Amino acid sequence: MSRRQGLFRLLPHPLLTPALAVVWLLLVNSAAPGQIVLGLLLGWALPLFTLRFWPERVRIHSVPALLRFIAVVLYDILVANLNVARLILGRPDSLRPAFVEVPLELKTDLAISLLANTITLTPGTVSASLGEDRRVLLVHALDAPDPAGLVAEIKSRYEAPLKEIFEAC
Amino acid sequence: MLNAVLPIAFALVAGAVALTLWRLLRGPSAPDRILALDTLYVNAIALLVLLGIHLSSALYFEAALLIALMGFVGTVALCKYLLRGDIIE
Amino acid sequence: METLLDALLAFLVLTGAVFTFIGSLGLARLRDFYTRLHGPTKATTLGVGSLLIASAIYFSTRGDGVSLHEVLVTLFLFITAPVSGHLLAKAALHLRMKSLTPPPRDPS
Repeated sequence: MSRRQGLFRLLPHPLLTPALAVVWLLLVNSAAPGQIVLGLLLGWALPLFTLRFWPERVRIHSVPALLRFIAVVLYDILVANLNVARLILGRPDSLRPAFVEVPLELKTDLAISLLANTITLTPGTVSASLGEDRRVLLVHALDAPDPAGLVAEIKSRYEAPLKEIFEAC
Repeated sequence: MLNAVLPIAFALVAGAVALTLWRLLRGPSAPDRILALDTLYVNAIALLVLLGIHLSSALYFEAALLIALMGFVGTVALCKYLLRGDIIE
Repeated sequence: METLLDALLAFLVLTGAVFTFIGSLGLARLRDFYTRLHGPTKATTLGVGSLLIASAIYFSTRGDGVSLHEVLVTLFLFITAPVSGHLLAKAALHLRMKSLTPPPRDPS
């Protein structure tokens, strides 16, 4: 067993450890040195014990792309909410709801679930079902006069950055 | 200004709870009721947070966190039941 | 500074309450299950998120040190809301519920 593999065994998810430590600090609502140590300890131990649920290793290929994606999504959440609020307050009869199918290029579980979550949180769309073969995501739109345009927008605005972040070759 | 706004906020969230309850009682289908229940959890969190600000007490935070956790688990369990007719496989 | 903070808090609380209300209004008002799903998953999440941010700012500026644990609830809601929305939509499709627009094909 090489040294790298040994390190991988001890620390299977290098990104999860600091994230869990931060969650712990938020939970106890304190940044005392003791709590930081305890948080890091938990962040190290929990991934080891739950390794069977996370067999895949997360790789982030491009940090700037990730930050840009987060900014875009946060902005879209705000705009989406104003849109949905307007649609709800408007006349229900004038809505044009539609089911659209988004063909997926993403392969990894994490990227697909992130895409589904983003779709649900943003402009008038809810991801409804993932096809058996993981190739198609069924999306319900609250008001979609132009379904083809919606699919194109989802693909270019959310799927392309996610592909760049998690699956760059 | 915050003190003037708080009663309005309470009224709005209470209205939200009433609307959600109406949907919960009326249905017409099981997913509708589950969705209403899920929304009710979120509304309860909103009410608790408002109460925390109103009373200047951080005591209610834990309750809000627990409601969020239990609400999510409950919704997932109910959905699983509808999908599979069983919760634990 | 005090009044500015007060105004910001009032704004956040009011926005949060309004969005929470609109989300539930959508739940009560829209015509079929799939459109109803949109209100709670978006508006309510943002509404409660905004209320929680207001609470975090309120407790952080009262002099007892920074209070950020509300961020945890916000984060949790933003992660779980899409998941429960997705599951509900899936359950509804599974039960072949009536919809204003038919799904493209049998999803089973």
